[in-house]
Amino acid sequence: MNYTDILIYMRHEISLMAVIIVLFVYDLAAGSRGRSRFSAVTCVLLLLHTLVNIIPVHGTAQLFGGMFVYAPLHSALKSMLSVGALIVCLQADTWLRRDDTEHKRGEFYILTLSTLLGMYFMIGAGNFLLFFIGLELASIPMACLVAFDKYKRYSAEAGAKYILTALFSSGLMLYGISFLYGTTGTLYFDDMPARIDGSPLQILAMVFFFSGLGFKISLVPFHLWTADTYQGAPTAVTAYLSVVSKGAAAFVLMAILVKVFGPMVKQWQTMLEIVIVFSITVANLFALRQKDLKRFLAFSSISQAGYIMLAVIGGSAIGMTSLVFYVLVYMAANLAAFGVIAVVEQHSGGKVSMEDYNGFYRTNPKLAVVMMLALFSLAGIPPFAGFFSKFFVFSAAFRGGFHAVVFIALINTVIALYYYLLVVKAMFITPNNEPIPALRSDLGAKIALALCTAGILALGLTSCIFEGINALPSGIW
Amino acid sequence: MNILSLFPAIPLMMMLGLWISRNRTQIRTVMVTGSALLLALAVWLVFAYLAQRHAGAAEPMLFTDSREWYAPLDIHYAVGVDGISVVMLLLSAIIVFTGTFASWRMDTNVKEYFMWFCLLSVGVFGFFISIDLFTMFMFYEVALIPMYLLIGVWGSGRKEYAAMKLTLMLMGGSALLLIGILGIYFGAGASTMNILEIAQADNIPLAQQRIWFPLVFVGFGVLGALFPFHTWSPDGHASAPTAVSMLHAGVLMKLGGYGCFRVAIYLMPEAAHELSWIFIILTAISVVYGAFSACVQTDLKYINAYSSVSHCGLVLFAILMMNTTAVTGAVMQMLSHGLMTALFFALIGMIYGRTHTRDVRQMSGLMRVMPFLAVGYVIAGLANLGLPGLSGFVAEMTIFNGAFMHADTFHRTVTIIACTSIVITAVYILRVIGRILYGTCDNAEHLRLKDATWDERVAVVCLIAAVAGMGLAPMWISDTVRGSVSGIMAHIMN
Repeated sequence: MNYTDILIYMRHEISLMAVIIVLFVYDLAAGSRGRSRFSAVTCVLLLLHTLVNIIPVHGTAQLFGGMFVYAPLHSALKSMLSVGALIVCLQADTWLRRDDTEHKRGEFYILTLSTLLGMYFMIGAGNFLLFFIGLELASIPMACLVAFDKYKRYSAEAGAKYILTALFSSGLMLYGISFLYGTTGTLYFDDMPARIDGSPLQILAMVFFFSGLGFKISLVPFHLWTADTYQGAPTAVTAYLSVVSKGAAAFVLMAILVKVFGPMVKQWQTMLEIVIVFSITVANLFALRQKDLKRFLAFSSISQAGYIMLAVIGGSAIGMTSLVFYVLVYMAANLAAFGVIAVVEQHSGGKVSMEDYNGFYRTNPKLAVVMMLALFSLAGIPPFAGFFSKFFVFSAAFRGGFHAVVFIALINTVIALYYYLLVVKAMFITPNNEPIPALRSDLGAKIALALCTAGILALGLTSCIFEGINALPSGIW
Repeated sequence: MNILSLFPAIPLMMMLGLWISRNRTQIRTVMVTGSALLLALAVWLVFAYLAQRHAGAAEPMLFTDSREWYAPLDIHYAVGVDGISVVMLLLSAIIVFTGTFASWRMDTNVKEYFMWFCLLSVGVFGFFISIDLFTMFMFYEVALIPMYLLIGVWGSGRKEYAAMKLTLMLMGGSALLLIGILGIYFGAGASTMNILEIAQADNIPLAQQRIWFPLVFVGFGVLGALFPFHTWSPDGHASAPTAVSMLHAGVLMKLGGYGCFRVAIYLMPEAAHELSWIFIILTAISVVYGAFSACVQTDLKYINAYSSVSHCGLVLFAILMMNTTAVTGAVMQMLSHGLMTALFFALIGMIYGRTHTRDVRQMSGLMRVMPFLAVGYVIAGLANLGLPGLSGFVAEMTIFNGAFMHADTFHRTVTIIACTSIVITAVYILRVIGRILYGTCDNAEHLRLKDATWDERVAVVCLIAAVAGMGLAPMWISDTVRGSVSGIMAHIMN
């Protein structure tokens, strides 16, 4: 290893770190006029960061004696996540202009980017220690973000719930990692499979580890924090939490299950089967009765997490591709949905209930159409991208022979369609004498929604993205 | 670009055209131009197809084209047509063309209405030209979702309930279908999604066929109104706006029959032989039960919707008989039922637009008030009950003829039971015609009503011409179909 290697293979981390430092200094140095341009500066820097790193470097590498690993697929995923963060930053602008948040605008962006950096380390980790540091870096600032509207009771409550659950699950995971260290004598991913024999202690370790990540991905039964946190957190943060944070954790979970716990494949597959069936079904049943759109999307995101796990369960390379693709498509759709909710919430004095959306199409046709496209994509309706990504994860699980799980998941898509259609019905069909008045969203939100819409329409119909992801080595197989 | 790709491409262009249209004249221009183009293309395709066949082309599918789409999963955008799909494309084009005229005087959110209508036709056309399982399934689902908004926004009566019920039941069917398709793909060795190649390889193990066949058959059967999964159909059709009922009953329900044949039976013939008896019983129930239900309805749309259940049940019934004659009859029944049910729904929509009621008991003597529409209704009714010289007769005749070719007791018994539907059909058709068209018109408001406008006449005349044309010159269509059907049958029987 030499220093050029670090510059090449860790360039995502380095450039993001540079962005954070620049923003930090800017926040200190710029006066109040400079701060009013803070979001524009952040978005430009983040865009630069994304563009600089968008083409993956060929070949895999191990840095710091295997502590940090690089594979082209990691690079693609990191780029995806930074695009997601960029969209969230664009959407957050209007919200941050409010009086009580204006003075801490800088903190929002710096905290968001810190969690992103944590996810980068999580993805690139080749050792459980670095992985754990990444995980914590991604979780702790997130709690601050969730409680960002600290004068609102719900936001503070959400923050408390998030941090307590996060700490508990981190503790559990650390306990699991200590078992692993105790039985194998190493923390390096590469050395572990050879020493894993499926002893009861190791199974316990695997379950503890899984619970820790299951919390991040909000799988049933680790989902109890999700609805309250999603509802209470500021909408931009909810969007970030539901997409970027979840996507990173799902990828890492798959990578570690396959790479480290490879010898225990039967055990974790059984566990996943149960978790998938419960995640999808329970979340769908709860989503049916939600009236608050943010809570509704919280349950929808739990069931989507179940679908993402379908890609994991087969443990195949095509499953990994399907997972990354699913996360990308889910990101476009969910960020579009939250984008619309955020715009409406900010301009109409906090309306987030489903009933408020009655007759929405009449006054705001464009926003209603974007929302509809997002929901159709989440429901897996062609020709939108969600149909393709769902098909691929089903196909991946089916390839692994999990026919019954796929069947249950498919039946659940019908239930899911029902509740997504409820929102469409409210917007397009239900009459309302006092619909939300016509809104003018600001430029940032418009760009964000346009990006998401383009993603929803194009990602599925053009196969090049999926094939591009498929062609990138993940460093596992 | 392959000529067949124009079929889904034209409605897409129409959507684009509608999007930039400013007023109703432009919208109408786009719709008429586009649907006329589609119709012309479909007619041209029939002749081109026949010409190639006469020139000796012997492949199962003509005009084929295949482009790699998702290479890691062997998904291709693959198209091709045989006699069956050519006829179905013609049917769809006729219905889209006449549907445009039937919704000529639409006045709320016209632009959105036609955009969804075009998306629906993208799905329909795409489905009939696809020979790749994934592409086919995708187009199938594209055709389902616009229904929700078309019924929910522009429908009448209990539209929200009907729209939700229809969408969810059909999506439930497509969930079964999706797992069946994955089963076929992996069962056939996970190397191709192309229907022709899977049929050629013919290597799905019987044990797997036994699982996937019922799933695929029921999946498509939901759309083909297979008993007991038909309950979306009466509610959906009754609530839908006219042109949507036409397209849905006329074409969309045929997707079910077409899919059952093209995917379920063609790709899994052994299981089809083994399990056909279950579905034969179910379809026989559809046929008779649909007809009886139609007898007791008083809403014109419900009568016709149950009649559709009965006639579409007959399509599935004939397909399951698995011989060339019966299946040829099934395809002709799809065509015939598509045309005459579209005619029916168009006329019902026009009558309802005038009388503001669809209740049979509140109408009478309309023959004197609106002779053109009434005569159209009589013709549609006669076609429906199978009068020789109209399309219904040739189709049903061929079906029962083919079904009776089976010499065993089971097949003969169910055929006889299904045959009784002919009589029951006559009962409900003649009862309605007698009630609403003849007698004296005692409602003073109805006496002031006007007969059909020019746009309505265009729609009705086109459909009547097609129904009569098919009845008078059936060989032309049956020859187109029979060649392809016998090829597939030869494959299934081996």
